[in-house]
Amino acid sequence: MDAFVLSRIQFAANITFHILFPSITIGLGWLLLYFKFRFQRSQDDKWMELYFLFTKIFALTFSLGVVSGVTMSFQFGTNWPGYMNTVGNIAGPLLAYEVLTAFFLEASMLGIMLFGFRRVKPWVHSVATFLVAAGTTLSAFWILALNSWMHTPQGFEMIDGVAHATSWLEVIFNPSMPYRFAHAVLASGLTVAFLGAGLMAYKLLRGDNGPAVRAGLKSCLCLAAILAPLQLVVGDLHGTNTRDYQPQKLAAMEALWESGEGIHLSLFALPDEEAKENRMEVAVPKLGSLIVTRDLNGYVQGLDAFEGEHPPVAPVYWSFRIMVGTGGLMIFAGLYGVWMLWRKRELPRWFLQLLRGMTLAGWVATVAGWYVTEIGRQPWLVYGVLKAEDAVADIAPANVGVTLAAYLLTYAVLLVAYVTALFYLTRHAKQSGDVNRKPNPV
Amino acid sequence: MNDLIQDGAWLPFVFAFLIGFSMLLYAVLDGYDLGVGLLSRFVERPNRDRMVGSIGPFWDANETWLVLGVGLLLVAFPEAHGVVLGELYLPVAIMLVGLIFRGVSFDFRKKVAPEKQEGWDRVFFLSSLVVALSQGYMVGRFIVGFQPGWVSELFSIFFGFLVVAGYGLMGAAWLILKTEGELQRFAVKWARRAIWAMVLGAVLSSLTAPFVHTRIYDRMFAFPEATLLIAMPLVSMLLTVIMHFLLGALPMPGDRLAAMPFAISVAIFVLGFVGLVYSFYPYIVPGSLRIVDAAAAPESLMVILIGTGIVFPFLIGYTIFAYRVFRGKATDLSYD
Repeated sequence: MDAFVLSRIQFAANITFHILFPSITIGLGWLLLYFKFRFQRSQDDKWMELYFLFTKIFALTFSLGVVSGVTMSFQFGTNWPGYMNTVGNIAGPLLAYEVLTAFFLEASMLGIMLFGFRRVKPWVHSVATFLVAAGTTLSAFWILALNSWMHTPQGFEMIDGVAHATSWLEVIFNPSMPYRFAHAVLASGLTVAFLGAGLMAYKLLRGDNGPAVRAGLKSCLCLAAILAPLQLVVGDLHGTNTRDYQPQKLAAMEALWESGEGIHLSLFALPDEEAKENRMEVAVPKLGSLIVTRDLNGYVQGLDAFEGEHPPVAPVYWSFRIMVGTGGLMIFAGLYGVWMLWRKRELPRWFLQLLRGMTLAGWVATVAGWYVTEIGRQPWLVYGVLKAEDAVADIAPANVGVTLAAYLLTYAVLLVAYVTALFYLTRHAKQSGDVNRKPNPV
Repeated sequence: MNDLIQDGAWLPFVFAFLIGFSMLLYAVLDGYDLGVGLLSRFVERPNRDRMVGSIGPFWDANETWLVLGVGLLLVAFPEAHGVVLGELYLPVAIMLVGLIFRGVSFDFRKKVAPEKQEGWDRVFFLSSLVVALSQGYMVGRFIVGFQPGWVSELFSIFFGFLVVAGYGLMGAAWLILKTEGELQRFAVKWARRAIWAMVLGAVLSSLTAPFVHTRIYDRMFAFPEATLLIAMPLVSMLLTVIMHFLLGALPMPGDRLAAMPFAISVAIFVLGFVGLVYSFYPYIVPGSLRIVDAAAAPESLMVILIGTGIVFPFLIGYTIFAYRVFRGKATDLSYD
């Protein structure tokens, strides 16, 4: 394999590992703030029990996000120098703003949020929690602004093959940015809702049905019931945005080989790149046009319109179906759970087992969705501006091979340790009855 | 001079300064974190917990200075960033894997089942060592302008040892400031050893330095610059001697002068750093890329500079706030 392929695998491995952790911390920060807020209002210990359990999970997740993010940031320079050489004038400031406005804020306030409960006044602790949540979200804002710009670039001009910004507002608020940001933040909320619900279901199934467990489960299920249907709407809007700006990605998502009117919606197929057709396809007539164009007979561009310039079809097609399928399951679980809690105040055992099984469902949907959008942009690195193959560094393949192996091994170890620790922490969460004791004045 | 001001030609220099400032802050701040990690093998829990507790609330923000420094290098001098990180591809990867394990072991060492905690403590120590060594090695490679050959490799390895000793000193000095009783007495002992390990590292790398072509040596024998470059090691030596006698007298009743070792070790770091930077100037990659040649577009630098100007006071403000919240002697960290 050459350095290009290895560098791509390495980048994909890095970002896949990295995205797992921000997808939790962005949403979890706000959930923690909610628990803190409920505690301040009610002085009921159960909220603080939840807060302490989930701050431990937050701390662990955050540190994994930080260290994998540091690795990511080095990748640009080590493996993809062409990226910064071509669009560094755009990407640089956005990345710098992320570090300046978000990283330091999160990192400094995190210490106070984690260890400062008895060292600062309650409201200061709440503000620190708020700032950590705001910091993670701000971080997502800058990164997704840059990522969106790579999909739908605008507000720049090319001078001697180098991008120069002409309008920063256009760069930041590029056409796909609002949809992508909303979609990603909701995804994080859902990831956290199912993480929390899954861990609480795990505790219930182990026979612990204290007030904190019940309150946590209820909060997380309500969150899921609100966010999951909302995500369907936002995801659909994001899709129409893709239709307008990256039609070949949409064609690959649907494995639509020929342009036409009144196209079907493919439910299952084995896309064949060689023959340019789908094998064993199951499809609903006309539904594709209806979803994409809001018209049963609307015209949709197929892959034939982008001969040689479209992304690989099967990975995009299947990632999309995994994402949508997981999302559908989330909508069902959220609505059914809330319905049962409302009508019966009790959840059937099979449903708790389902929730436990869905603890990391958010990861599946997030990674699948990320693959749809990122693989769907290929062969471009920056759509219409820079191809991935023109950005790669000239490194000895053996060197990339060595680092790739080291990263993969590291990630495997950490992933196992992380998931084990999640359940261990949940199992051993302290049921402290004295969180109301007076803070230590320092 | 007017040209400098008009075309934004001064921007690269501002950014070179900002990068240097971030890197220096990183070396000092993460230096004491990593140093505490290096020393953590010399005691058992619960003293070890106390040591980790003294850096727990800070390490994350400290590491962010590295992200900022390398990020600014990437943004302002993409070409230099490419050269440096390309040359250092493997040591950078080793450092990153080290940083990954160091960062997560803070959490894992307390959040896994008890029988596995000792294992993560070991990871914490080893990863701190790997990070310190690889950083020192990389600075060494940078100083010799990435020359090939075994002498320059040897120089870089000696420099790695110097940085390990330096971080160890910072860590010990931090512990003298942040702990009391038995642990503080240990820290004094460690600091005394670290300072002589540092001197050894400095002597070893100085002995190899004449055999590799470094700008430092060219400059040392070029009057009048030489006066400044010779003054710095002299002051450092003086500080080392003062430190040695000070450590002999610590800990004092009433914990007097407990902050002095830390202040002196910071001063030694700053002197060494400024000396290095001074000898590189006006190059950003020694011997190949000058600051003015390697910079990104002025309009992008300006945007970052404005943002930096706005954010910086806040950044300093809440950093000070965080240090104030956790001021005084370290306690065992607890979430509740």
